[in-house]
Amino acid sequence: MEKSVLKVNNLSKIFKVKSNKLFDKPKMLKAVNDVSFEVLEGETLGVIGESGCGKSTLGRCIIQLLQTSSGEVLYNDAKINDLNSSELKKIRKDIQIIFQDPYSSLDPRKTVGAIIEEPMIIHNIGKHEDRKNKVIELLKEVGLDTFHVNRYPHEFSGGQRQRINVARALALNPKVIVCDEPVSALDVSVQAQVLNLLKDLQKKFNLTYVFISHDLSVVKYISDRIAIMYLGKIVEIGDAKNIYKEPKHPYTKALFSAIPPESPFENKQKLVLEGDVPSPLNLPSGCPLSTRCPNYMEKCSKTVPELKDIGDNHQVACFLYK
Amino acid sequence: MSNRSLDLKSQEEMLKKERKANNAWNKLKRNKTAMIGLVIVVIMTLMALFSPLIAPSDPNELSLSEVHLKPGEKGHIFGTDEYGRDLFSRIIYGSRISIIVAVGGTIVGGIIGILLGLIAGFKGGIVDSIIMRLMDGMFAFPFVLLSIVLMTVLGSGTKNLILAIGIANVPSYARIVRGQVHVVKNEEYCNAVRALGASDNRLLFSHILPNIISPIIVYATLNVAGAIISEASLSFLGLGIKPPTASWGNILRAGKDCLNTAPHVATISGLFILITVLGFNLLGDGIRDVLDPKMKR
Repeated sequence: MEKSVLKVNNLSKIFKVKSNKLFDKPKMLKAVNDVSFEVLEGETLGVIGESGCGKSTLGRCIIQLLQTSSGEVLYNDAKINDLNSSELKKIRKDIQIIFQDPYSSLDPRKTVGAIIEEPMIIHNIGKHEDRKNKVIELLKEVGLDTFHVNRYPHEFSGGQRQRINVARALALNPKVIVCDEPVSALDVSVQAQVLNLLKDLQKKFNLTYVFISHDLSVVKYISDRIAIMYLGKIVEIGDAKNIYKEPKHPYTKALFSAIPPESPFENKQKLVLEGDVPSPLNLPSGCPLSTRCPNYMEKCSKTVPELKDIGDNHQVACFLYK
Repeated sequence: MSNRSLDLKSQEEMLKKERKANNAWNKLKRNKTAMIGLVIVVIMTLMALFSPLIAPSDPNELSLSEVHLKPGEKGHIFGTDEYGRDLFSRIIYGSRISIIVAVGGTIVGGIIGILLGLIAGFKGGIVDSIIMRLMDGMFAFPFVLLSIVLMTVLGSGTKNLILAIGIANVPSYARIVRGQVHVVKNEEYCNAVRALGASDNRLLFSHILPNIISPIIVYATLNVAGAIISEASLSFLGLGIKPPTASWGNILRAGKDCLNTAPHVATISGLFILITVLGFNLLGDGIRDVLDPKMKR
């Protein structure tokens, strides 16, 4: 029934970290480690994880801002990593990104009109007049006014700037938008506005979102499915409802138990993981959670658990579920 | 949102008004100091262009009976120099050489330096190392020495003087630009433009360059001043403009030898250099402010 638009197979991204010592070998930082998932057309896949777990790196690998170290990214079943620049340019039309920081992601020297028009100039779409009209149309679409077109980014609030970002991403009529923490720099009331805007646009243009966030309630609100990342690996992926109702992986359990209870009478069990997140420069062998897991078994530190289907499209990477 | 949005007509008006307010020329007009600078630069440029019309006499006409006349004496507005040549005419003709050399040298050095800096900063790695080590090598020579070497190689003459001053200035531009590019190229908006599929050229010239233009303009205007002085020192060493052709540097140097007996020669030519430099600096500051959308006056 629904077909997958975006597929990620065994994607890894390794950064070389140079040592301060002269003849030391550079260390390998595995930011994203053998990640596979697919995104269906018209859905929102939420990617959750604490900071430093590789969410943003994953997003940047998907839109080819970073070169993948291994594995592949498929868009409509065609491989899009390792393309040459002219082939990549065609794909860029269909996959866009909204960045986290609305303050730094707009060129301060360009007017809003020029910023939104730019993607159309780059891809040679329409004549000058058509483009101007489209800019006005997009401004209205994201809830800004026509007279904003000649203003500079610094004259806008964070929420408005994020709307400009959305308008720029929409200018090319993309199919997939990677949202890299689009609301985490905004305050709560504005967050809701931008999220609703994203939801409305999704319905209107049949967009597919990969929504990266560390904010559990935001992801719950917007996602159809969610993936939970820990130390560069996806530990659990499935329908948002199922996971929020019944998290399976020990890490997910711990993560969700940190959501404050909605009523003061609710008796919520707190599950706190011991210790700190290990450095991604020095990953634990076997399961990434093996050093902190309350359900630690001996084989956890020996073999890496694969993502296994436990029914209802719910996949968990843990030996507790077979 | 609907009750806040204005009706169409007033929106149109607002659009027009803002377009007018953002117009660079209108912004510059509002900036008084910049306008003073512009007036000075325009006057100096006109003076250089129309020297034969303005100058009362031939700048090279000797009159040994009228040596070192004081300003105002015998119809010589600025007096005369050690050969009895009319100083006013010499200053006017000198502006041609001085301004052309100064502006030309700055433009030549600026363009080469900015391009090298952009490439070095943007490409990074081995390209960066090669270009910047080359620049460091040029930095190792004192400015005057470097210009002397270039002038000896190229030979004297206005064109070569412009080239020599320009090339000697390249390293400073490259250094400034490279540093700025390093800061700007990893900004999120550059990533955003990359994600849109923009070419490197577009990214460099349409996004990175406009964002680093402020320090370049400030440096370039100061550089015009420096180039006038450089021309003077090279002429002093006999490598620049050959006498009897007048240039402000030549006149200043000649005036230095008779500071006690005829101080007006050095003072007046020095004053002209000072005013021109001031004019370029004021104008440069103004242009920088105009180009920065965050500056509103």
